[in-house]
Amino acid sequence: MLEKALSGSKKYWTWIFILLVLIGIGTVNYLRQFQTGLAITGLSRDVSWGLYIGQFTFLVGIAASGVMLVLPYYLHNFKQFANITILGEFLAVSAVTMCMLFIFVDMGQPMRILNVLLYPTPNSILFWDSIVLSGYLALNITIGWVVLGSDKKGIAPPKWIKPLIYISIAWAPLIHIVTAFIYAGIPGRHFWLTAIMAARFLASAFSGGPALLIILALIIRKFTKFDPGKEAIQTLGKIVTYFMLTNVFFFALEFFTAFYSNIPGHMHPFVYLFAGLDGHAKLVPLMWTSVILAVVSLLLLIFPATRRNEATLAIAAAMVFISLWIDKGFGLIIGGFVPNMFEKVTEYWPTLPEVLITIGVWATGFLVLTILYKIAISVREETAGIEIEH
Amino acid sequence: MSMNRRDFLKIAGISTIAGIGGTAIVGGLQKGVIEAAQTAPDTDTLTGKKWGMAIDMDKIKSEETLKRVTEACHRIHNVPDFSNTKDEVKWIWTETFEHSFPGQEHQFMPDAIKHKPFLLLCNHCDKPACVRVCPTKATFKRKDDGIVMQDMHRCIGCRFCMAACPFGARSFNYRDPRTGLKPEEINLDYPTRTKGVVEKCTFCRERLAKGLQPACVEASNGALVFGDLNDPTSEIRRILASKYTIRRKPELGTEPNIYYIIGGSDYAVVPEIK
Amino acid sequence: MKIYGGGKIFVGLIIFIGLATSPFLFNIGKSSIVRDTKAAEIMQSMGLQCVEKKAFMLPNHMRLLDKWRDSVVRKGNRLYKASDGKEYEMSLQNTCLNCHSEKNETCNACHSNMARKHTCNGCHNYMAVNPYCWDCHIKPKETKS
Repeated sequence: MLEKALSGSKKYWTWIFILLVLIGIGTVNYLRQFQTGLAITGLSRDVSWGLYIGQFTFLVGIAASGVMLVLPYYLHNFKQFANITILGEFLAVSAVTMCMLFIFVDMGQPMRILNVLLYPTPNSILFWDSIVLSGYLALNITIGWVVLGSDKKGIAPPKWIKPLIYISIAWAPLIHIVTAFIYAGIPGRHFWLTAIMAARFLASAFSGGPALLIILALIIRKFTKFDPGKEAIQTLGKIVTYFMLTNVFFFALEFFTAFYSNIPGHMHPFVYLFAGLDGHAKLVPLMWTSVILAVVSLLLLIFPATRRNEATLAIAAAMVFISLWIDKGFGLIIGGFVPNMFEKVTEYWPTLPEVLITIGVWATGFLVLTILYKIAISVREETAGIEIEH
Repeated sequence: MSMNRRDFLKIAGISTIAGIGGTAIVGGLQKGVIEAAQTAPDTDTLTGKKWGMAIDMDKIKSEETLKRVTEACHRIHNVPDFSNTKDEVKWIWTETFEHSFPGQEHQFMPDAIKHKPFLLLCNHCDKPACVRVCPTKATFKRKDDGIVMQDMHRCIGCRFCMAACPFGARSFNYRDPRTGLKPEEINLDYPTRTKGVVEKCTFCRERLAKGLQPACVEASNGALVFGDLNDPTSEIRRILASKYTIRRKPELGTEPNIYYIIGGSDYAVVPEIK
Repeated sequence: MKIYGGGKIFVGLIIFIGLATSPFLFNIGKSSIVRDTKAAEIMQSMGLQCVEKKAFMLPNHMRLLDKWRDSVVRKGNRLYKASDGKEYEMSLQNTCLNCHSEKNETCNACHSNMARKHTCNGCHNYMAVNPYCWDCHIKPKETKS
């Protein structure tokens, strides 16, 4: 089926070319980082994780959200998702690929990455995270590829794929719960030490991922002959609405506990992020952007008129995505490190090489996504109108 | 022979994997050769079950003392100086009371204590959070003496331990540490580190092995007392039994092993345990 | 044979294998490591003896060093009991480099350049291996060969 990715329109090749250029720029900058060390990033002794780990955390959520398409279709026989579960699975593949790359570029000694397997350490959450992530990647590649291959031949997928699909449904939340445990089990980082961290992660994942899928579905409809289906997109819109509400609710809970309890350690990260602390306020505009986008997107999503209109739904989805990207891909990580263990403020801001490497990784993810979607859509275009029982 | 390209590639692929796997297994078996060799601790080694330290802040009277103590450590361990806080590496350093014990300060406290610089270093906790989170056991707690060690050969530089340590005791080599060392000041008997690994105080385990006290203790004129917390007759235990001492962030349950004496000017007169 | 374009593929494969193995093919029979047992005896009589026999050290020194570093860093055991019963401090910087140095006077007393040949680099350069020991451990001062 790979050959489908090798023939495409001029627009397709232009897009691929742009991605390759971005990957090239990212690679050159990564080589510089490899040579001189992580000193070329904005990271410091006090803020030792930043943009890379933030992107990793955010993208684990996007990866997990594939289950929002797979579960209704396979467990509830929700027919409208029949044609687009593959989009969820391939989005998961691309997102997990980016997760792994972000972990890799964040490492001080990337050549030693296999030490995680050579000296397996069950008490480390990072060890489990590497296992659940690679497992999830393998599951989604296998399921997506096998199901699509069968569709192409016009036959039902082999029976052995069903158990794998059920496993992947249970596995999806797991990758995000384990990722949340990286943060939620650390003593002394008040911003992270919260029992609802995993629940917050799932809520933001299941709103941010489907929001991205809505945008992708609309792009696909515009540029290809394949229509993901109006009803399918509307259902995704409802999923985004409910989970975004849950996500904002969870965040409000954190806010209440921190400020009503009035415990300084719990309040300080919030104060730093939303008002600035000791005269340091680099993240304040960004965090308020996130809040405003969340509120406006919720208004657009809650009112049926704007949710049913695909133009406003697309805007709302983009707002949800950006809002969550700021909150989880940036604020969540930095808030854990500021103020530091000495109640002092060291600020963090990514450097240009760091941003270019980050863009390079995203471009790699989008290249994987483009190729996989191109294949899936080419197959769907061929088999359009043929009903296949999965 | 009838074979299509697909089958040919399959067979070629499997043979390659078998070849690589086979070499790996044979290579692995050879490792057994030196397993029989014997190793032992140095004969001069100071032995203790649980090393700890008491720091008498009243005995530290001047900036010079602090400087001498921190420099003693940083010089012999080739700790680099980049003169910027971003890439900073430090094993032992100072921080005022309010920042060393956040939440313990109050507005009526004498300035002399509130702004007094306290010596901070790795607490070699009984239940270290850094060890719990390390994905490769590169940082681990030694069973024999409780030192929290860092294996620079194994560290992958993920910095999970830096996020986990509530005492900010860990530094990452953001750049090649040798660029922060003056060639003439390098201690030739001790390695430097490489870029991309995390490091911290090791309680001078290389000095303990030779029967010496940690470098900071030696340079402190008696303000720092190092000893075995498991031995009730040790000097440190007698001090802890007779003076009021505090530890950093005990509420987090990591059980730090560095104790601070505040206002204990005459602890030298401690009862002997018969 | 039904492989589409099979002829080209096999010619290509043969050329690739030839290129990939050329460094080995060109150097067959050119090894310069001579196992001179007599020299070893003389060196031993002068007290120039490594922790283990040369026949063991040549192929196994990296494994021994690997064991040493684990023993010192992880177990806190710093003494090595060699198979002849002698004890050594397990330290690359403070034990190995005492002898394996360009400045080894016992060697240099009789042979010009002899010590230099027996430094780490003397062999590593020849074997084209580049271990990263010296990223951390202080490298003995050697002239680049």
